[in-house]
Amino acid sequence: MRILSVKDLEKISEEFNEKLSFPQGVKVNVGMASCGIAAGARATLERALKEHPAGDSIEIRQTGCIGFCEEEPLVEILAKGKPRVVYKRVTEDKLPDVFQDYMEETFSKKLILGQMRDPRSVIEEDRPNPLEKVNPIKGIPFLDEIPFYAHQIKIALRNCGYIDPDSIEEYIGRGGYFAFVRILAEMKHEEIIATIKKSGLRGRGGGGFPTGIKWESCRKHPGERYVICNADEGDPGAYMDRSVLEGDPHSVLEGMLIAAYAIGSSQGFIYVRNEYPLAVKRLVSALKQAEDFGLLGDNIAGSDFGFHVKISTGAGAFVCGESTALMASLEGNVGRPRAKYVHTVEKGFRDGPSNLNNVETYANVPVIMLKGADWFSSMGTKYSKGTKVFSLVGKVKNTGLVEVPMGTTLREIIFEMGGGIPKKRKFKAVQTGGPSGGCIPEAFLDLQVGYDELTKVGSMMGSGGMIVMDQGTCMVDLARYFLDFLKGESCGQCTPCREGIKQMLDVLTDICEGRGKEGDIELLEEMGSMIQKFSLCGLGTSAPNPVLTTILYFRDEYEAHIYDKKCPAGVCKPLFHYEVDEKACTGCHVCALKCPQQAITGEKKKLHTLDQEKCIKCGICYDTCKFDAIVVK
Amino acid sequence: MNKEPVAIAPSPEELDYVEMDKIIEETYGSDKENLIMMLQGIQGRYNYIPRPALAYLAEKTGVPLSRIYGIATFYATFSLEPRGRNLITVCLGTACHVRGAKRVQEQIEQLLHISNGQTTEDGSFTLESVRCIGCCSLGPVVKINEDVHARLSPDQVAKTLERYE
Repeated sequence: MRILSVKDLEKISEEFNEKLSFPQGVKVNVGMASCGIAAGARATLERALKEHPAGDSIEIRQTGCIGFCEEEPLVEILAKGKPRVVYKRVTEDKLPDVFQDYMEETFSKKLILGQMRDPRSVIEEDRPNPLEKVNPIKGIPFLDEIPFYAHQIKIALRNCGYIDPDSIEEYIGRGGYFAFVRILAEMKHEEIIATIKKSGLRGRGGGGFPTGIKWESCRKHPGERYVICNADEGDPGAYMDRSVLEGDPHSVLEGMLIAAYAIGSSQGFIYVRNEYPLAVKRLVSALKQAEDFGLLGDNIAGSDFGFHVKISTGAGAFVCGESTALMASLEGNVGRPRAKYVHTVEKGFRDGPSNLNNVETYANVPVIMLKGADWFSSMGTKYSKGTKVFSLVGKVKNTGLVEVPMGTTLREIIFEMGGGIPKKRKFKAVQTGGPSGGCIPEAFLDLQVGYDELTKVGSMMGSGGMIVMDQGTCMVDLARYFLDFLKGESCGQCTPCREGIKQMLDVLTDICEGRGKEGDIELLEEMGSMIQKFSLCGLGTSAPNPVLTTILYFRDEYEAHIYDKKCPAGVCKPLFHYEVDEKACTGCHVCALKCPQQAITGEKKKLHTLDQEKCIKCGICYDTCKFDAIVVK
Repeated sequence: MNKEPVAIAPSPEELDYVEMDKIIEETYGSDKENLIMMLQGIQGRYNYIPRPALAYLAEKTGVPLSRIYGIATFYATFSLEPRGRNLITVCLGTACHVRGAKRVQEQIEQLLHISNGQTTEDGSFTLESVRCIGCCSLGPVVKINEDVHARLSPDQVAKTLERYE
């Protein structure tokens, strides 16, 4: 089937929207993104398929991730005229209970995460809510009443968890490709670029450069132009791009198509991490389908516009997230950045004008084109518009992906949506922006998230990783961790980055291992500012950020390491030891059983003792003790 | 314990040239821009990149061996050393780090008597680390071959490893 007009799209859309919203029989959606699979979703899916093979009245399908990773594997069940229910932690053994619960309509609170109020995406407002006439289940919360989902508005993640990522028809069924096919028939290049400029969309990958301006300048330069998607999500702790690629690959393709048409490009590339095998697989399948439907290739939708996309896989180099390094890698070379006297929009890939945006940016584009620039820019802060997906991870109760309007405060995200810190421990800091970002302390929890807002406190938006840290995280060790990361990832071309990071790391390692001395903090600050000023690319200029922000906000912790030779968080092994708190120990004996060194001894119900000679500080006792009787000294 | 012989680096004669040609010519059209993916294809076949394969790749694509060697050593996923039957990859992303990935790694090192990047004497395990595999909400995460083990604590390491030979 080749799409030639909006009418063709409408036909498919109606048919598949009906199937998605009002299935014949019972439909079961198993969340099969990497995170779901890691939590056991594959076994769940396999068992479900075995019990209900194709053609059964119960239809088993796979979808992407609906974001609440903490409660994975997530399974949604729906049937015509019945509520749509999302079940949590559905490991394979729980499947029969879950099926029974839905069929017999017992709707047990224990099994259910929530019920859906309205499954429509932001671009489906013209359609009636399929659940309008369905009686909700009493006593079961709607998903939007659960704090985790409360502030969320899903634009980039609009289809994740709702559609089968391997089905282009389902993407069309939820309003997909309408933006592009309409544009192709009705809009001029300048109008598209003007809309994107007006919307205030900025790059979601890190730099935050205005997308419309980038497109405009790329179009201005003559030559064979390229549209490239940066899917080399290298920031550790950020995985929204993976989720979009695995759950809704067509949204990225559609965004790229719109960009290509606006810029005047016939060749596109997606540079995706090889560490995301499932994302690669789903992209390959999406490309094939789009070609079959006449939405990629020559003469798209019957027009004379043609666009071809090639997928290239990276090979594990963080620096390849930098635009010039990425393009070097696309050309089959080592991923070394170059100085950007000449921008990539003028001379980039194969020396042609190249437009590079990341996955989330492209996923936003079709929605902006359908809903209008004003709708998009009505959300957010003065200079940061729309929504942003954050990966809320680390020491926080509800981990997962949240898409919130810019301007939501850190406190709302971490404490309301995230549910705060587990085990009654205390919040210490939140790290944003990946290895180029910084650590934000408690004092700034009411900060509204946005590009400039985060930069002001010494951090940055980056690609949206939000790693929460509690009292058990040592800030000096964390700074050391990031520098160790960056030392390994520095491409080695320029001296400030290659040598400077190593020198800073040496000083930090000394501090963490008890060899810190007076003047070390000042030395770190001095080297940091030098590296910031003189490095070649963004990796080097931002490398000292984690060190400088931790010194700025947690100087006392550095001082404790240097002067008192203590690691208050209990992370740097030479600088602390564990002790048994005589008052708190109940003699439950759990720690003694778990200790791999047999360093803890004691009779049951009596005070236990810890042999410092044998202890390797592996922390197992500290983690397992329910009475906080193992303490850091 | 399974006593299969450890994979030894093939000598040039042992390289499967038919398969090499398939990867280089058929799949990737001998295009220099696809060098990284060709190397991935070779590594997929041998579990590492045998040195003779680098020379053959240079011959076939016309790219100097020095540059191909540069690429093979620049990118973290390539290994020029043979790896064990099971590849353990500890995720050391930030989310896993703050949840104690280092301690999980140390536990593995202690149990297998190897450090990061090494292979056990019997060739059963190779231990590597990765910057992030994007399962941040479930940290600490350890990938063994294709299985992702989520929320792994140091005391679960021994039991998890027992499942692999």
